[in-house]
Amino acid sequence: MNTNTNTTGRGASLRVLLSCVVLGCALLSSFAFSQSGGELRFCLRSEPKTFDPLLVDDDASLSIRYLTGGVLARVNRHTQELEPELAESWKVSKDGRQITFKLRHGITFSDGSPFSSEDVAFTMQRLMDPALHSSTGDAFRSGQGAVMTNIIAPDQVFISFAAPIAGLDRLFDQVAIMSAHSPKKEAAVLGPFVVAEYKAGSSVLLRRNPNYWKKDSQGRRLPYLDAIRLDIQPNRDVEMLRFKRGELDLINVLDSDYFDRLAASSPGLAHDAGPSLDSDFMWFNQVASAPIPEYKRAWFRSANFRRAISQAINRDDLSRVVFNGHAQPAIGPVSPANKFWFNSKVKAEPYRPDAALQRLQADGFHLQNGALVDKAGNAVEFSIVTNASSKARERMAVMVQEDLGKLGIKVNVVTLDFPSLIERISQKFNYEAAMLGFRNVDLDPNGQMNIWLSSAEDHAWNPQQKSPETAWEAEIDRLMRAQASTADPKKRKESFDRVQEIVAEQTPFIYLVNQNALSAVSTAVEGANPGILSPQTFWNAERLTLNATTRASR
Amino acid sequence: MNAARKLACVVVLAVCAVSLAANWLAPAGYAKQFREAPSAPPSRQHWLGTDEVGRDRFSRVLYGTRISLLLAPAAALVSTVLAALVGGLAGYLGGNWLRLARGFTDLFLSLPWLFLLITVRALLPLNVSPLTSVLITFFILGLLGWAASARVLSTSADALRNSDFVLQARASGLHGPRLFLVHVLPNLKPVLYAQFWISIPVFILSEANLGILGLGVAEPLPSWGSLLRELEGLISFREEPWRLAPLLLLIVVMTSFQLLLSNEEVTA
Repeated sequence: MNTNTNTTGRGASLRVLLSCVVLGCALLSSFAFSQSGGELRFCLRSEPKTFDPLLVDDDASLSIRYLTGGVLARVNRHTQELEPELAESWKVSKDGRQITFKLRHGITFSDGSPFSSEDVAFTMQRLMDPALHSSTGDAFRSGQGAVMTNIIAPDQVFISFAAPIAGLDRLFDQVAIMSAHSPKKEAAVLGPFVVAEYKAGSSVLLRRNPNYWKKDSQGRRLPYLDAIRLDIQPNRDVEMLRFKRGELDLINVLDSDYFDRLAASSPGLAHDAGPSLDSDFMWFNQVASAPIPEYKRAWFRSANFRRAISQAINRDDLSRVVFNGHAQPAIGPVSPANKFWFNSKVKAEPYRPDAALQRLQADGFHLQNGALVDKAGNAVEFSIVTNASSKARERMAVMVQEDLGKLGIKVNVVTLDFPSLIERISQKFNYEAAMLGFRNVDLDPNGQMNIWLSSAEDHAWNPQQKSPETAWEAEIDRLMRAQASTADPKKRKESFDRVQEIVAEQTPFIYLVNQNALSAVSTAVEGANPGILSPQTFWNAERLTLNATTRASR
Repeated sequence: MNAARKLACVVVLAVCAVSLAANWLAPAGYAKQFREAPSAPPSRQHWLGTDEVGRDRFSRVLYGTRISLLLAPAAALVSTVLAALVGGLAGYLGGNWLRLARGFTDLFLSLPWLFLLITVRALLPLNVSPLTSVLITFFILGLLGWAASARVLSTSADALRNSDFVLQARASGLHGPRLFLVHVLPNLKPVLYAQFWISIPVFILSEANLGILGLGVAEPLPSWGSLLRELEGLISFREEPWRLAPLLLLIVVMTSFQLLLSNEEVTA
């Protein structure tokens, strides 16, 4: 009897325990369910130029590609590490010319067509087609010769390039795989969302991809959100007003002025993720054929002169005054935010006007009635051109003007509309100094090849040289090619560290500040973790949720 | 002179006088940066606060007013002289000359002004001092702003050409430039004055427009255009009302000019 009673008692306990577990699971499940759904809203600052993921070249289209495109491997915007996505694993050959991907099974495109190595091969062939003129494809063009794709099995593909490509696997972060067979072409996607509606000049509506392959730790299919509405709104004031009214949930990139005002009124909504990869800098025109006086060209070609100018600029003031402290004095071509590639031995040029003057005096410059003159008696005066649309850059130029004025240097600040500015600095070379910014979306130095090679078009201070005009430029050419031709990260790092040191010594670019990555996230959004890499606020869009009130109101 | 016009006259003269005395009245130089106090609110040291790089706003308003109020009339003078040459002469000569001048004026009026200004501005040499740049900016405004006035002047001159006293002068043997200078031009004076006064606020606003686009007077020289540019991104007027000072001054001066103009126009 007792035994029976005991048995019944144990059974009852078990039943209670089981009920608790079932109830717990149900509660957990209902909690997860309650988190999903709803429409996230934010703005694109311009019209997307294309929905073809291989032709993307503008910020708006990049955002849409990020949200809709499925890639083989993805750079985690938080850890900066490369993580597997559609590819389970991959292997890069030692010479950096070949890569083999092992693909996941059971994945389908948004239209239901199956995903296989054929799609990867099709995407790569289309991407590398010269007739397509894909800027994403340009990153893979390391040498003359065709790109070969070999389908080893439905879940395995081998891709071979004509020449070694450094950081090859990371480049696949930008390659959204397209379907080889789907009649919907680019509308069939492997990412968390699909383009459901596009109203030109107004908005783009993305709906959740019902066939998206990823699941969360509870086995629930991602994404949590039902839809994302991207309103096309170039006016930042309107964007901020709508955000404050609760009509928008995110602002991906904020100016420091807006950030401070938002932080003052709603501190929890403004996010400063620290220094970004972006940098602002100035440089002097060193082009031999530029229509500038010969004595000025001699100044601009002197490393001593450039370093003196760099030393005479108070970068701390630029960061504090122009960006309200939401920027850091820039050190070199790589922001400290780029954890792997930044050379920590290179230090920011300290503000030392006395040392700058001594350096200039060593080159024969001297003060005459308060004005700095060169050996031949020419007064040191030059203009800095910058784009009229950037208030921050104009303010920086005005501060540089004042800083250099203390050395007796007269600086004229000229703001021009962007097309005129580009024409002057890249075609006519009719300028003396320029101030611009570099929006860096790529962590890998290969993304900067077009700047550092002396033959490159974007070698701003003296582009398209037939052969390097200085020994240090020749050395940078050699180092950049060396880092690009090996797959060994250590050797690559050594080469690029040296490039950073040469740039610090020669100062072809006078780096000014690295702006912080500023963004705004509404309290309606849960799971957001704004970072420094683009897209700052919605890099984990598939795991973002909206709170119950917001979901109910939309 | 009615009371409103008297008041407008006093306001314009007072603003001109204060801006001309900027060297003595301004608490700091227009370019002096108080970097420890950027975007500061009004204080005893900075009556209208400081701008984004810490420059005293009151001083910049004084100097900026001087630049805009001195150079806009200069630009108006250039454009009125051009208008008198093109419109006045064409109207006096009449016939095909008048048709040609009107066609040319219409063509000029149909040009997109702002793009034209931006293009001309981009073609200018870069290494010029801020003072030269401001002179160039207003001179360009003057060169490009003659067409509307020329149209009005050509109509007036055309009417004068057929008036009785001109016919009588012709009959008395007066011809050519002498007839134009002695009988036509003096009678065009009211229209010329009116066009001159009308052009001043137009040029002030044009420079302000260019300034808002960042293409106006070169830094660090202030003008109303560059001062108004500070209002970009101002979301709430209540938070920083002192930043509206340049805008209020512009409104007051423009209104005063309009009040001054009305009688001239009636006379014309």
